[in-house]
Amino acid sequence: MSEDVNVPTALRGVGGWLDDRFHGARGVRVLMRKVFPDHWSFLLGEIALWSFVILLLTGTFLSLFFVPSMSEVVYHGSYVKLDGIRMSEAYQSTLNISFDVRGGLLMRQIHHWAADLFMAALTIHMLRIFFTGAYRKPREVNWLIGIALFSLGLVEGLFGYSLPDDQLSGAGLRIFEGVLQGIPIVGTYLAFFLFGGPYPGNSIVPRMYIIHVLLIPGLILALITAHLFIMVHQKHTQMPGLGNTEKNVVGQPFFPYFIAKGTAWFFFIFGALALLATFAQINPIWLYGPYTPVAISSASQPDFYMGILEGALRVMPAWEINFLGHTLSLSVLIPFAVPLGIILGGAAFWPFFEQWATGDKSYHNVLDRPRNAPIRTATGMAAVTFYGVLWAEGANDVIADKLQIPLYTITWIARVLVFVGPAVAFIVTRRICLGLQRKDKALLEHGLETGIIRQLPHGEFIEVERPLDEEERAPLEAKKVPALMPAPGSEDENGVPAPESRGVLGRARTIANRAFAETVVLEADGHGNGHGDGHGNGHGPEAAGEEHAAVGPSGTPAELPGGDDADEDSSGS
Amino acid sequence: MSDMGETHGLEGPEDSEASEVPAAPRRVIGTPPPSPPLLGSGDGERGRTPAAGAGAAGAEVAVPGHAETMPTEPDYPVRAKNAERLIAAAFILAFIAGCGFIAAYVGLEVHSVDAVLRSNLALGLSLTVALFALGFGALIWVRQVMPDYEMVEERHSMRSTDAERASFQEYFEEGTAASQFKRPLIRRTLLLATLPLAVIPIVILRDLGPLPGTSLRHTVWSPGRRLLVYGTNQPLTPAEFSTPGSAITIVPEGFTDNPDALAKATVTLIRFVPGQLHVPTRYAGDTLIGTMNWTVDNIVAYSRICTHVGCPVGLYEQTTHHLLCPCHQSTFDASSGATVVFGPAPRPLPQLPLTTDAQGYLVAKSDFTQPVGPSFWERG
Repeated sequence: MSEDVNVPTALRGVGGWLDDRFHGARGVRVLMRKVFPDHWSFLLGEIALWSFVILLLTGTFLSLFFVPSMSEVVYHGSYVKLDGIRMSEAYQSTLNISFDVRGGLLMRQIHHWAADLFMAALTIHMLRIFFTGAYRKPREVNWLIGIALFSLGLVEGLFGYSLPDDQLSGAGLRIFEGVLQGIPIVGTYLAFFLFGGPYPGNSIVPRMYIIHVLLIPGLILALITAHLFIMVHQKHTQMPGLGNTEKNVVGQPFFPYFIAKGTAWFFFIFGALALLATFAQINPIWLYGPYTPVAISSASQPDFYMGILEGALRVMPAWEINFLGHTLSLSVLIPFAVPLGIILGGAAFWPFFEQWATGDKSYHNVLDRPRNAPIRTATGMAAVTFYGVLWAEGANDVIADKLQIPLYTITWIARVLVFVGPAVAFIVTRRICLGLQRKDKALLEHGLETGIIRQLPHGEFIEVERPLDEEERAPLEAKKVPALMPAPGSEDENGVPAPESRGVLGRARTIANRAFAETVVLEADGHGNGHGDGHGNGHGPEAAGEEHAAVGPSGTPAELPGGDDADEDSSGS
Repeated sequence: MSDMGETHGLEGPEDSEASEVPAAPRRVIGTPPPSPPLLGSGDGERGRTPAAGAGAAGAEVAVPGHAETMPTEPDYPVRAKNAERLIAAAFILAFIAGCGFIAAYVGLEVHSVDAVLRSNLALGLSLTVALFALGFGALIWVRQVMPDYEMVEERHSMRSTDAERASFQEYFEEGTAASQFKRPLIRRTLLLATLPLAVIPIVILRDLGPLPGTSLRHTVWSPGRRLLVYGTNQPLTPAEFSTPGSAITIVPEGFTDNPDALAKATVTLIRFVPGQLHVPTRYAGDTLIGTMNWTVDNIVAYSRICTHVGCPVGLYEQTTHHLLCPCHQSTFDASSGATVVFGPAPRPLPQLPLTTDAQGYLVAKSDFTQPVGPSFWERG
C-alpha cells in the first residue's frame, strides 16, 4: 500500500550531485521544515507576490510585441474604426497586440488586472500588518521595505498604463507633467529632462518603457527577495492562541504542505485574473483613441491606486503664492506631496513612534488583536478614512453623475470630511476597541451565554453560562498592554522628576504613553480561575453609566520592559 | 488549527507506542514512526509534534529531526481515496482545458473585433478552467490526502549573544586597525576621489533634454496666424461662426499636427449673444487693461489648457457660460475673462487677442500675453 514514497533513483542522484557541490542537505532540510502558521490573513501578501510573478510572465509576453516609440504612423490595421488615423507607434502596436496577436488581448488584460490586484493586495496586506502590530520589533525593516514596494508599485503602475499612449492615459501623463512643473526650483527642469523638451515631445514613451520593464521591476524584485529572506530568517509572526508563544512558531511545514498550498494559491490567483481578463474588459484603449493634447474625455479616471492623488488634486482649493518673485503652486504641491506623505511617511514613522511612546523594546512574535491596541487601531482607521475620502473624491464627477448630487457639493463635503472624518474615525474606533475589550473581559469572567434559562429553587431565573475552554481563552488572555511610565510631572521621594518625563518631549512621551497604556484591565488572578472567581470584587461596578470604571492604565507603574534582549514569553503564566 | 482536534486521536496511539528505537536513517514506511522517549511531549500539546528543545531536557539536542514524527498516511483513508479520484479528475480537466487553449490558439483567427471577441473568450475560458482545476486539485490534495499535521518550531532571539557580539566587535576593531584606515591622508583623498564619481551619474543626465529657457512663456501664436477649426483644419470668418452660445476648438495654422505646439496653443472659441460678454480684463505687467478689443463680434478666444495642471478645458455649459475642466473640475466664467469660479486652478485662462485679416478670417493679433498652462517656478 505504501511503498510509493520511494524517491526515484534519478532524483536521488541529482540530489547527491548537488549536495556534493553545495553542502545543501542540512540547509535545505531546515528550509523544508520551515513552519508556516495558518491564518487567512497571511495569504494577502502572497496574493501580491503571485500577482507580481504573473505580471512578469505576461509583461514579458507583451514586451515581445509592444513598440515603445512615439514616431507617428497612419493606422491601417484590423480595427477599422481607426483606419487612416495618425497615431504613435506605441499606440499602434498596442492595437496590434489587442487585435492581431492571438492571445494578445488576453495577456494585456491579465497584465492590467494583475497590476490592480498587486496594488490592492499590497494595500490590504499592509493594513493587516499594521492592525495586528506585525511591524514591531524585530520586523521594522521589513515594514519599511513594504512601504518602499508600495511606492514603487504606484510609479510602476502609472508608467505602465501610460505606455499605450492613448487618450485616457495621456491625460494622466499631462497631469503628471503639470505636477512636475509645479515643484519649486527644479520642477521645470525635471519636466523638460524627463520629457526630453516641451510636453509631450517624443521621448517619454521609450523612457517610461525602460523604467517600467527594467528599472522598477528590478528594484521591486530585489526588494521582494529581501522581504522574503528577512521573513524567513526572522520567522513568521503568529496569531495569539493556545500554545502559540513568543518563543515558538506553530504551523505546517514548507514541504510538503505549504509548497502545495502556495502552488494552489498561485493557480487560483492566476485563474481569477484569467477569468477577469476573459469577461471584464479593462483599459479598452481602442475606444479612447490615440493621444492628442487637444482632446479630453469627461469622467476620466486613473487606475484605483492613483485615486488618492487624483482626489487630493480635486479637493484642493485654488492656492498659489508668489514667493520672492517665484510662483509657488500650492494647489498642486500640497495634493501631490501631503496626503501620500502623511500616509506613507506616517506608516514608516509609526513603529518607532510606538516604541518611543510605549517604551516597549521587546520582541513581538505573537500578533495583537486590533482591539487590544486601541490607539494603534484608531490611528489606522483614521488613516483609512483620510485615504478613503480622498480616494472617493477622485471620482467626484462619477459620483455626482450617478447619485445626482451637485459636483461642487461633493467637493465641499470632501473638503470637510478630509479633516473631520479621520477625527471621528479615531474616536469611534477607540471606543469600539475598548468596548470589544470589555466583551472579552466578560467572556473570560462569565463565559459564553448559552441562551438556556434555568429557574432556581427559590424562583429566580438565570441564564446558564458556559465557561470558555482553554483554547477559547488563550487568544483573549494573550492581551499585552504597554507598561506605564511615571505620570507627567511626578517626582520621586527626593523631589526629582522622573527622567522619562523631563522636558517638553518627555511630557509628550508620558502623555502618549498613557494613551497607549489605556486598557480594560483583566482580572489580576483571572487566568485559570475560570468562571467562579470573577464575581464580586476585582472588576468595577456593572452599572451602565460606569463604563470608565474598568478602563484605566494598566497595572502599576512598572519598569519599562528590558532592553534589546528582552524576549519574554507572553503566555508563560 | 481548528482541525487539530481531529488529528489528536490519530496521533495519540503513536505517542503511546513510544519505544526505545532510535531514529533510523530511513524509516520503513507503514510502521509507526519511532517516538523519542525523552522528548515526547507528555503535556499533550494538542497533538502537535514538538520540535527539538520543546522540553528543557531537550535543549541540547543538536539535530532537531530526532524528535519528530510526521504522519505519512492520510487521516481518513476512505476520504482520501475519494479525494484522490477528485484530484485526478481535476487534473484531467486541467489537461483538457490546456489542450483546449492550444486548439483555440491554432483554430481561431483574430484580425477583427468579432474574431478577437471569440478568440479571447475561448482562450480566456480554457486558461481559466485549466488554472482553476490545477489549483483546486492541489488544494484538495493538501487538505484531504495529506495528513493534517502541525509542528512547533522553536524561535531564537534575533539578538546575537554577548559573546558573539564581543567577538564580532573584537575582530572588526582588529580589522579596522589592520586596514590602517586611520591614516587621514588616505581617508581624505579617498573621499575626494569618490566625490566627482558620485556626481557624474547626475551630470551625465544633462542631455536628457534642452533647458526650458523661456519656452513655457510662448506659444506658436503670432500676429496674423489664422485660427483653424480643430478636425477640419479650415479657417473661419466671424460670419461663419455665427451661432451665439456655441464653442469650438481652434488650432493654429501650420501646427495642426504638431503635438508640442498644440499642447500649449490650443484655444477655445466662444461666440456670445451681444451684451452677455462682459468686458474682460487682463493684467499686462502690473496694469489692468480692458481686453474688449481682443474680441471680434462678441467672439472671444481662451487658452484651452487648464492653468491647474494642463488638461484641456473641454466642457462648456452654454446657459452659465462656464468652462469646466473634466480632470479636476476647475470652472471658469467665460463671460467675464475666464475667471476661476470653482476648483483648484489658481488663475484665469489666458485670452488670445483676436482680429481679422484681409480675407476676413479670424487671426491672432499676437501671442498670449501670459504663459498658458500650469504654473511653474520661474513664472513669477
